[in-house]
Amino acid sequence: MLLIPCPFCGPRNESEFAHGGPVRARRPDPDAVSDAAWVEYLTVTPNPQGPVQEHWWHVRGCGTWLTLWRDTTSHDIVKGPDDA
Amino acid sequence: MQRYSLFSLARNALSGHRNWARAWRSPPLQPAYDVVIIGAGGHGLATAYYLAKEFGQKNIAVLERGWLGGGNIARNTVTIRSNYMRDESIPFYVKSVAMFEDLTRELNFNMMHSKRTMVDVVQTYSRMRELRRRQLTMDIYGSTYEPISTEELRRRIPALTGGGPDARLPILGGMVHTDAGVNRHDAVAWGYARGADALGVEIHQKTAVQSLIRGADGAIAGVQTNRGKVRAAKVVVAVSGHTTTVTETAGLKLPLRTMNLTAFVSEPVKPLVDVIVNCPDSGFYFSQSDKGEMVIGGAPDAGQSFRRDIKQTVFEDTVTAMLSLFPAFQKLKLMRQWGGHLDIAHDASPIMSKTDVAGLFITAGWWGGYKAIPAGGLTLAHLVARGEPHPLMAAFTLERFRHLDFVMESGTTTAR
Repeated sequence: MLLIPCPFCGPRNESEFAHGGPVRARRPDPDAVSDAAWVEYLTVTPNPQGPVQEHWWHVRGCGTWLTLWRDTTSHDIVKGPDDA
Repeated sequence: MQRYSLFSLARNALSGHRNWARAWRSPPLQPAYDVVIIGAGGHGLATAYYLAKEFGQKNIAVLERGWLGGGNIARNTVTIRSNYMRDESIPFYVKSVAMFEDLTRELNFNMMHSKRTMVDVVQTYSRMRELRRRQLTMDIYGSTYEPISTEELRRRIPALTGGGPDARLPILGGMVHTDAGVNRHDAVAWGYARGADALGVEIHQKTAVQSLIRGADGAIAGVQTNRGKVRAAKVVVAVSGHTTTVTETAGLKLPLRTMNLTAFVSEPVKPLVDVIVNCPDSGFYFSQSDKGEMVIGGAPDAGQSFRRDIKQTVFEDTVTAMLSLFPAFQKLKLMRQWGGHLDIAHDASPIMSKTDVAGLFITAGWWGGYKAIPAGGLTLAHLVARGEPHPLMAAFTLERFRHLDFVMESGTTTAR
């Protein structure tokens, strides 16, 4: 069970949250990129064996969306590259 | 290859079982092969077998990081069925089920195949409508699916005592898939390994591929392993959840996410349930093995995972759901639990394909890939040998992403 730090409610049980998938690349302008790059944006998600940044939704709590870094091999919530 | 028969069993019994030939060799690793297959699991070994048998390729090596058949082929729930949703999927799985039923004879290895029917327990009207629709599609492609009443459902599965009219999700009826069965997963791995070895395929265990090597022209040139470099003009990646880990070493990005799927097994009890029971609305399924254990599977973990273990929350949810329909199982002791990590494609259908790297092939996105092992191996061997997809798998190449022509599949364990 993860203990997820909600910005409003503090650390809460994972069972209060819904997983929202990994954080993806920013949406490019479809007119400015090639078809291949557009398809890659639509279908390819980061799949690292290690830390991945992902969205979680505190759906059975305050309802906020948050992002965190989680290690896919240990399931530990870890510090991301931009975390203070 | 030493043939297995009643006669060979009797003869070896007389000599105290000391003279059985080894099922496969352990030859020295050569510096080059025509085809290198990464992963001695179900799909890797089946592909090697059919490449040698149907397409006359002889110079093949299967490289395995751990031990033969120690990956997801040992970590699934051995359910073989063809009740899928899409026009592209059903003929492929119908073929695979038929090949599984003939596999004992084909490989001269007892698969302990038990054709025992799968029964879906339906608890919502939306599921009922979806499965009725699936039945109509399956009728076209020669698979079997038919509705039964709640009374008939309870007659066939006496242990199903929950889900009454007062339950949160009362049982509305069932669907019966008579083609479904189970068999012995180790026999599938060992049978294909023995068959492939007899046709000249080399199987190298404890040979971990660390990276793919590309030549000056960008095409695949071989693989780097912990035992040195192995050259090959064709490389097949059959490593389940680690597909992207391997292909990223050649700079190839794929539309795959790696997830962890959980299963667990009860203590053995007397024969109680003789069909495979699937409860999609409650989120679990199980069958009773020949040894008497209940083999139970649940939903995947939330989020990506490369862990091969069971998550407490998923385990508790699965057990709670199971006890709501089978309250008598409360007395069962659970013996073993495990997880397997597998990759799922953007549209939940498998990928068997050439890639942008010439000579590099992948078989991935197998969400329930056990049932697909024979047909998957045969059709991938066709693609590797001929360079053109087999008609049964033409819809499952990476081309479908290029044209956003997805095969959105809902017949997998998890409806996304």
